[in-house]
Amino acid sequence: MKRTVILGALTAAGFAAGAASAATLDDVKARGTLNCGVATGVPGFAAPDSSGEWAGFDVAVCRAVAAATLGDPSAVEFVPTTGKTRFTALASGEVDMLARNTTWTFSRDVDLKFEFVGVNYYDGQGFMVPKELGVSSAKELDGATVCIQTGTTTELNLADYFRVNGMSYEPVPIETNAEAQQQYLAGACDVYTTDASGLAATRATFEVPTDHAILPEIISKEPLGPLVRHGDNEWGDIVRWTLNALIAAEEYGVTSANIDEMLGGTDNPEINRLLGTEGNLGEMFGLESDWAVHAIKVGGNYGEIFARHIGEDTPIGLARGLNAQYRDGGILYAPPFR
Amino acid sequence: MTALTDPQKESFRLSMLLNDSRYRSITIQIVTLIAFLTLIGWLLNNTAQNLADLGKEPSFRFLTQPSGYDINQRLLEYTSQDTNLRAAFLGLLNTLIVAIMGCIAATVVGVIVGVLRLSNNWIVARLMTFYVEIFRNVPVLLWIVFTMAILIESLPAPNKFRGDTPEASMLLGDSVALTNRGFYVPEPLFSRSLGDLDVLGDASLRFGISLDLVAIVATLLAGVLLAGLFAKRANRIQAATGVRPKTWHWRLGVIVLPTAALLAYLGLHWGHPELRGFNFQGGTYMRNSLIALWLALSLYTAAFIAEIVRAGILAISKGQTEAAAALGLRSRRIMSLVVLPQALRVIVPPLISQYLNLTKNSSLAIAVGYMDITGTLMGITLNQTGRELETVLMTMLIYLTISLVISGAMNIYNNSVKLQER
Repeated sequence: MKRTVILGALTAAGFAAGAASAATLDDVKARGTLNCGVATGVPGFAAPDSSGEWAGFDVAVCRAVAAATLGDPSAVEFVPTTGKTRFTALASGEVDMLARNTTWTFSRDVDLKFEFVGVNYYDGQGFMVPKELGVSSAKELDGATVCIQTGTTTELNLADYFRVNGMSYEPVPIETNAEAQQQYLAGACDVYTTDASGLAATRATFEVPTDHAILPEIISKEPLGPLVRHGDNEWGDIVRWTLNALIAAEEYGVTSANIDEMLGGTDNPEINRLLGTEGNLGEMFGLESDWAVHAIKVGGNYGEIFARHIGEDTPIGLARGLNAQYRDGGILYAPPFR
Repeated sequence: MTALTDPQKESFRLSMLLNDSRYRSITIQIVTLIAFLTLIGWLLNNTAQNLADLGKEPSFRFLTQPSGYDINQRLLEYTSQDTNLRAAFLGLLNTLIVAIMGCIAATVVGVIVGVLRLSNNWIVARLMTFYVEIFRNVPVLLWIVFTMAILIESLPAPNKFRGDTPEASMLLGDSVALTNRGFYVPEPLFSRSLGDLDVLGDASLRFGISLDLVAIVATLLAGVLLAGLFAKRANRIQAATGVRPKTWHWRLGVIVLPTAALLAYLGLHWGHPELRGFNFQGGTYMRNSLIALWLALSLYTAAFIAEIVRAGILAISKGQTEAAAALGLRSRRIMSLVVLPQALRVIVPPLISQYLNLTKNSSLAIAVGYMDITGTLMGITLNQTGRELETVLMTMLIYLTISLVISGAMNIYNNSVKLQER
């Protein structure tokens, strides 16, 4: 009994060890690397490429933050986390930030004591089925066996959706995307459900992607974004504004190609403040004045990152949709740099 | 006559705590204890402080809130609107099922393999050695994942049973379906069922007791007791006259006939699984996760039990067997009357640890998506509520309780087989 208490306390102490340290930026600078929690492997969002380098849409956020804070986009230690382990990893201080298709919800923000710094992908939960099943709507899924990643909001949405529609289903909880893929392809489940972007990414890796259909129903709002711990607002600000810088850069037409030219000065004061040639925005949160330049130079602005990793010209082939700039019919809207 | 003088009473000095061997050990123990308690206190205080800084004071309120998620294998009725406590309770039942099934299967396989390893048949003995070595030298997690992969990849999906010329067909007169989602077998149904007895009303830990099952078990038990009386009577007559009356048909009769009559009264019939919609409906559904976990855990643990059984049998000296043979006992009776009772004394204590190991290893269930206590309370509930400390502590306490109950029960059994010294 006594031993149990000690172990419990040790576990708890481990969970809470990093929580008390406030100045994450100082820790990151002292360490020389940024610890960034990512998914264990979702093609297009976060997966090691053929040379073993992590790449993807979420990974790009990590690299941009590393570039803004340390000036080096490769100074990132990527920590693969599952849906189950991600929050513990962040709460315990094992990672400085999570950029891992994590849905911003009230209880995660408030009760789990995290700070969502923004949204890098507006998503919704969808269903993927083999076309041979002849299913055309999620309403026809009564009695189906559904593969689902455990420890995610999708698990709760799924329960709600089937309950509200008076349908039954058989959940098959699964730890990682790769396992889900294996079970789904072997027919051990009829349906795979996760965020629609994740479905598209997974389908792109199938041998014959066209044999599988993503059903039209999107059953939830899944604003995915990077998050940090409560208790260090300066660090939260850095991650938030790095993401905003990428979005604003697209809005103002700052790209990785023309950024050096724009550094020479433009007649748009907003761009000048963003790039640090005017004002002292970087100084305000303890970074160099050209922090945003470093961040944008890594992979370009939000639009360039989107196009390279998950855009319509990639195997994943996602349209911008909601994730277009507000001027183009989307809902991306970076607050002003002032 | 000599006058004895009392030895001068030594006065206690503080330095004696260290220098006097009478006190030294006590001093050291007390100092160690204080240091140990301080360490625990520091850890607890540090934990509480850190959690308070995070604004996450320990609280068990989450247990009464709706869980929001579904569990596939439910022994009791449960919906996503039930509380986290009930989800944990269902997880606990799933843990117990796989632990009990695993312990039984591991014991059966282990004993058979252990005995066969001592076989004089070279091939059989080597095959068993091969089994033992391959299973106990690979981590059990790999066996679990491997078994699951085999089930998923080698068996047909339910929709392969569909169509005019299906690729797969059901076995045993269309009553059993082996699919890669699990096995569907016929389930017993009662047309005149006695119903369920609901215990604990609306509480999270409520459960129903099937009165049919209670009646069947009671009838069986009564039959077995009655059969025992017949055997006693036979013993008595044998002791008095030397002739043992033939009673086996009576003993069998009192067990089988009342049970059969009861089943007929309840209107027993079998519900066969049948393909409807996406899945088979009806019948008893053993999920692939349960089968994979159960097989892997029992085969893995059976390898250890086989070695324990072999050691136990080898521990009985050959003289015992020879002496029993000299008395004219047949080899089967030598095993059951002489060797096994003595071997059990050697076998049971390490067997307890194997049962405990199996139970604790069942926490690897999440690897195949089996919703045990680790998957529910320490998995989804932890993840959705963010209550790491509380759920981990609760899960530890639950495993501790299960383990203590198992070892308590096995110790009682051990006491009954151990050497009675007079």
